[in-house]
Amino acid sequence: MNPALEVTDLTVAYHDKPVLWDVDVTAPAGILMAIVGPNGAGKTTLMKAILGLTPVAAGSVRIDGKSYTQQRQRVGYVPQRGSVDWDFPTNVVDVVTMGRYGALGWFRRPGRREVDLAMHALEQVGMHDFAQRQISQLSGGQQQRVFLARAIVQDADIYFMDEPFQGVDATTERTIVTLLKQLRGDGKTVVVVHHDLQTVAEYFDWVTLLNVQCIASGPVGQVFTEENLRRTYGGRIAFVERDALATGGMALRSFAPAATAGGAD
Amino acid sequence: MDLGQLLHSLFFDYTVRTVALGTAILGIVSGMLGAFAMLRRQSLLGDAISHAALPGVVLAFMITGLKAPLVLMTGAAVAGVAGVILVIGVSRHTRLKQDAALGIVLAVFFGFGLMLLTFLQQNPDARQAGLNHFLFGQAATLMERDVLVMALFGGAALAVLGLFWKEFKLLSFDREFGATLGFPMSWLEMLLTFLLVIAIVIGLQAVGVVLMSAMIVAPAAAARQWTDRLGLMVGLSGFFGAVAGVTGTAISTLAGGLSTGPVIVLCISAIALISLLFAPRRGVLWTEIRRRRQHAELAMVLKGGRP
Ligand SMILES: Nc1ncnc2c1ncn2[C@@H]1O[C@H](COP(=O)(O)OP(=O)(O)OP(=O)(O)O)[C@@H](O)[C@H]1O
Ligand SMILES: [Mg+2]
Repeated sequence: MNPALEVTDLTVAYHDKPVLWDVDVTAPAGILMAIVGPNGAGKTTLMKAILGLTPVAAGSVRIDGKSYTQQRQRVGYVPQRGSVDWDFPTNVVDVVTMGRYGALGWFRRPGRREVDLAMHALEQVGMHDFAQRQISQLSGGQQQRVFLARAIVQDADIYFMDEPFQGVDATTERTIVTLLKQLRGDGKTVVVVHHDLQTVAEYFDWVTLLNVQCIASGPVGQVFTEENLRRTYGGRIAFVERDALATGGMALRSFAPAATAGGAD
Repeated sequence: MDLGQLLHSLFFDYTVRTVALGTAILGIVSGMLGAFAMLRRQSLLGDAISHAALPGVVLAFMITGLKAPLVLMTGAAVAGVAGVILVIGVSRHTRLKQDAALGIVLAVFFGFGLMLLTFLQQNPDARQAGLNHFLFGQAATLMERDVLVMALFGGAALAVLGLFWKEFKLLSFDREFGATLGFPMSWLEMLLTFLLVIAIVIGLQAVGVVLMSAMIVAPAAAARQWTDRLGLMVGLSGFFGAVAGVTGTAISTLAGGLSTGPVIVLCISAIALISLLFAPRRGVLWTEIRRRRQHAELAMVLKGGRP
C-alpha cells in the first residue's frame, strides 16, 4: 500500500535562505501525525509546500502515490485561524459551506445539500447553535471549530492542520481531539502542527521533529525521545514529563518550548 | 427650479435624464466593485488606477486624434492596467511595500498625464478642448452614446462579477484555502482587478481621475456599516453609489453651474459620513452609547446594586 504522505528531499528557500532543508517525511494512512519544532522551524512552510502554496526549490511530494495536483480533491486544509480577516461580512454556515466549493467546481452555487452538510459538520464540532452567527462575533476557539467544520465538509482522505490547538481552552481542545480520533477511525490521515510537547504522546501516533531539517520522523514510541527533542530544540530544551516521553529518560518538564513556541502568536 | 420641476426634468428633460442615467450607472458599478476592493484591502489600488488612467486618455487622443468615448476609455484602461502591473512588479521585485509602490505609480503616471495635458494646451489645436475635463470630470458632457458605452461595459463587468461570485468570495476571504481547492487564485485576482479598472474607467468622464477613487472607497465603506452579509453589502454599495450619482446630478442641475463630479463625490461622502456615525452596531454613536451603558452597569454592580 502507498504511504498516505511521502515527502522526499524537500527544500524550500525564502530569498536564498533555506527554510526547509532536504526534508524526508513518510506517513502511512490512517494515523494522526504531529509536526513539532521551535518557532521558525518551518512547520507552516512544510505544510504550505506540500499543498503547493509555497514554491519549492527541490524535492517532491506524493499523496497516496500520486502528485498533489492529482490528489487535490482528497486533501483537506485547516490554515492557522489568524490567516484570515474575521471581520469579513459573512456568517458561520457560509464559511463552512466554502469547504464544498472545490467539489462544486466553477460557477455552481452551494445549495440545500451543501448547507445540510455544513450544518452536520457544525454539529460535530459543537457549533450548531452558532450557524447564523456573524463570524466577527466568535471567540478564538469558536473560530477554530468553524475552520475544522469547513475541513470536515471537504470530506478529504488526508488533512493538514496548522496549529488547531493554538489558544483554545480545555473544552475545545477535547472536542478537537475527539474529532481527530473520529477522523482516524474513518481511515483518514491527519497531519497537525502541534506545540504542546506534553500531549504529543497522548494525542498522536506519529511525530515529525522539525527544525529546518527533519530531525526525526516515525512512530511516537520510537522517535519522541529526549535525545531527539534536544536536537530539535537545541539548548533551549525542553523539559518534558517522564511519562510524556517515548522512552523513560530523566524527569523533565515542558517549560522552554511552551515559553518560546506556545506563547507566540 | 423647484423640486417638482427638478423631478420632471430628471425624467423628461433629455439632457438631465441622460446625465442622471450615466452617473447612476457609474455609481452602481463602482460601488459594487469597490466593495470587493475594500474587502481585499485594495481601495488604494483604485486611487492609483484612476490617476494612472490620465496619461492613457491623453495619449489615446494624441495617437488617434479622436475623442470618441470608446477610444479614450481604451486608453484609460490600458494605462490603468499598466499602472497595476507596475505596482505589482515594484512591490514584488524591490524592497518597497505595496503602499509605497502605489504612491510612486500614482504620482509618476499622474504627473506624466498632467505634463501631456499642458503640452497639448500650448498647441493652438482646438480639438483637444475638453480633455482637461478628465481631471475633475464633467458629467454635463455625457451624451447618449457615452451612457450607452458605460452601460455596456459596466453591465458586462457586473455580469462577470455575478458569474464568479463564489470564486471571488473565496478569493476575498481565504485566498490560500481557495488555492488548495484548486481555483487559480492569481488568475481570479487579475480578473477582479481588471473589473475594477473597468469600473473606474467608465466613471472618468463624469467624475474625473482625481475624485474617482472616492466612488470606489466611499460607497463600500458606507455599505459595510449597515450589514454583515456580503451580498447585501455589495448591493447596498451599488445602491449608495447610484443614489449619490442621481442626487449629485439633481443638485448641480438645481444650482446651475456647480460641476457635477465634485457634487456627486460630496453626496457619497455625506452618505459615508452618516453611515460611519449613525449605523446600528458599527456606527460611532452606537458604540459610544453601548460603552457608556456598560460603564454604568459596571458601576452599579460594583456598588452592590443589580444591573
Ligand atoms: N513569506 C515569507 N518570506 C520570507 N521568509 C519567510 C516567509 N514565511 C516564513 N518565512 C521564514 O521561514 C522560516 C519558517 O517559517 P514558518 O512560518 O514555516 O515557521 P513555523 O515553524 O511555522 O513557526 P511558528 O511556530 O512560529 O508558526 C522563518 O524563519 C520565517 O522567518
Ligand atoms: Mg507556523
